[in-house]
Amino acid sequence: MSVTTSAPPRLTGKSASNSFQSVLWAEWIKFRTVRGWIIALVLAAAATFFLCYETAAGPHTGGCSGLPAGAICTSALPTVVPTGPGGGGVADTYEFVHHTLTRDGTVTAEITSLAGVTATNASNVQGSPSASHPGLASWAKAGLLLTPSTTQGSAYAAVMATGSHGVHFQYNYTHDTSGVAGTVTMPTSRWLRLVRSGDRITGYASTNGQRWTEVGSADLTGLPATVQVGLFATSPLTFHGDTGYPTLATAMFDHLNVDGSPASNSWLGQDIGTGRTSFYPTLATGSFHNSGTSVVVSGSGDIAPAVVQGLEGTHTASSSLLLGLIVGLLVVIVVAAMFVTTEYRRGLIRTTFTAIPARGRVLVAKGLVVGAIVFALSLVVMAVIVPLGQHLLRAHGNYVFSANTLTQVRIEIGASAVVAMAAITAIALSAMVRRAAVAITGSAAVFVLPFILAAAAGGGASAWLLRLTPAAGLSMLQALPHYSQVSYAYTLGNGYYPLTPLAGFAVVCGYTVIALAAATVLLNRRDA
Amino acid sequence: MTAAVRAEWTKLRTLPSTGWLLVAAVGVTVAGSVVVAAVLHVNPGSPQDPTKLSLAGVQIGQALIAILAVLAVSEEYGTGMIRVTLTAIPRRLTLLVTKAANLAGLTLLVGFIAVAGSLIAGRFILPGTGIDPAHGYALVSLSHAPTLRAAAGSILYLVFIGLLSLGVATTIRDTAASVGAVLGLLYLPPIAAQLVNDPTWRRHLEQIAPTTAGLAIQATTNLRAQPIAPWTGLGVLVVWVAAALLIAGLLLRMRDA
Repeated sequence: MSVTTSAPPRLTGKSASNSFQSVLWAEWIKFRTVRGWIIALVLAAAATFFLCYETAAGPHTGGCSGLPAGAICTSALPTVVPTGPGGGGVADTYEFVHHTLTRDGTVTAEITSLAGVTATNASNVQGSPSASHPGLASWAKAGLLLTPSTTQGSAYAAVMATGSHGVHFQYNYTHDTSGVAGTVTMPTSRWLRLVRSGDRITGYASTNGQRWTEVGSADLTGLPATVQVGLFATSPLTFHGDTGYPTLATAMFDHLNVDGSPASNSWLGQDIGTGRTSFYPTLATGSFHNSGTSVVVSGSGDIAPAVVQGLEGTHTASSSLLLGLIVGLLVVIVVAAMFVTTEYRRGLIRTTFTAIPARGRVLVAKGLVVGAIVFALSLVVMAVIVPLGQHLLRAHGNYVFSANTLTQVRIEIGASAVVAMAAITAIALSAMVRRAAVAITGSAAVFVLPFILAAAAGGGASAWLLRLTPAAGLSMLQALPHYSQVSYAYTLGNGYYPLTPLAGFAVVCGYTVIALAAATVLLNRRDA
Repeated sequence: MTAAVRAEWTKLRTLPSTGWLLVAAVGVTVAGSVVVAAVLHVNPGSPQDPTKLSLAGVQIGQALIAILAVLAVSEEYGTGMIRVTLTAIPRRLTLLVTKAANLAGLTLLVGFIAVAGSLIAGRFILPGTGIDPAHGYALVSLSHAPTLRAAAGSILYLVFIGLLSLGVATTIRDTAASVGAVLGLLYLPPIAAQLVNDPTWRRHLEQIAPTTAGLAIQATTNLRAQPIAPWTGLGVLVVWVAAALLIAGLLLRMRDA
């Protein structure tokens, strides 16, 4: 490859008129003086605000006209999502067969079987054991639980056998440690033990009741002297694609023993959190009975962080932003493309490159000017609409998962940064193709189309689009963390993204850098 | 009039973008249909519409038809050619009609090739994904009256999308802004409909938006579940086209070029 005669002369010394600040200043003047572009960007900000506002103000609870026959109109009832000790929304629905324990003590039980059924109908239809088929949920839980109170959202610690994840020790909903693997069947029963010593609760597991291994421990600070301790069973929704099916687990306990002596019969069975206003879909109300020396406990529900965004009437800090962002993005792409293609159309680009022969600098300056304006405008809109949207949703009776300030600020900055990156990429693409129609269509195809496809496709295709295309930037809107101990449809439709926020943003930045580099190479090679 | 048609035809034909846009429109439509048919996961619980699946590429191909239509007008304004054109053909409505007629003829031909290609692809690919007579689905065939309606309707749909874009571009006159507006008009209402929680509003939105209403023509099964009846939906698109061309005609008459 030989250097063409049209190659711009290299800058040899530091030229005052070509300092980067002056290039930046020149581009800022160019942008500022086209009134249509400023108006378009302000209108785009207004449209984004309006659409986010409407999306947030739109859903009122009580609108259940479009549900299939037999469906429960959950949104007509005020949805009660309990708040856990950590401040987040939690699921706390289970069957508890309990007994008062005063001060320190040890509870031991052998769990001899764990079986379950899965509902034939999805979670929005009232479940019943008659409409079910055998099938144990992988996160069905049965074991020993200690809690200061039976109100939903109370602190707790529990050691349990699960459907297919082995023995686990969990406490206060979000904390989870795993122990002995394997499923519970008759020859391989599991022995579980929960020991209280002050504020410290320790869970042990054994396969024979002789040799014990510690599974995990928790410090439940402020635990009162008298607590409830006992057997529990619960079984969460199983997901096929996006659809959740309620399940019911039945566990058989034997060798129930408190502080070294066999337990008396004064145990109290109680359904925790199965009222009409409880949000967690259950297959049936829990129950327990004695069978010879054994106690049989069956329960439906979950004791875990809440992940019910797909259920009606629940939202997150970012769930009303998507439409407004896409509309804003489209206008930003058009304006950014025009910022470059108009110069080519009018021939101004030749003047620009004569004045500033370092073409890459011009490109970067253009990107910085548009990127900064777009980022600032978008940040203003987001800083208002993110808190306002949540307020509107709550005011209309919807449940909004609480997000801490850091998460909200990250969503606001992240959404704005992704729009700014899209603007810079559109500028780079425009410098490559030089024609408005191609640049805009190309940028829209690269930035807006994957957003739409990812939202529409669902499943594996959606996850890959959100990893590999610039739509990965949407991860910045993620408001809810993944929990490995909760099986759920972690899909875009439910507000989850396959990448972490920063990883997703890195993907977008990668595309922007590649586009800028390619555009610089082409600008330097080609005639203007 | 004949001379005007011929003049416009020469301009449209010799526009550098026309050739590759037409090829791309056919290619993208057929490729889109092939990809949709190939990556399909058939869920026994939800019955599929083989004809609609075969014609899915129209949803992407329409963008290129729209851009072709926009460029046919906006490039004349961009280069100043429009002043020469209006000197040669001073009757502005005649100019708009001849532009529309040329564009309609061209998109009719391209639409025919794209739709035929998509249907052929669907006939051969869909049986491989479990949509075959063994699973109760007939092969895609034009002897099936609803499929014939969907195919003919899809061609008309592409023609109308071209005319709608022509109207928008004549109104806006700038290439970049027109492309943005047309893409927004075509693709934003379906996204908005996805995000609207209230089913009644969603249905209304899908009934009045040009793409969702117009593409109802592609449905061949379970017509009751569609937001709008096939021909009524295409009628909604025709109303959009008429409104866009009317506004374009009025502005073309009233404004200086």
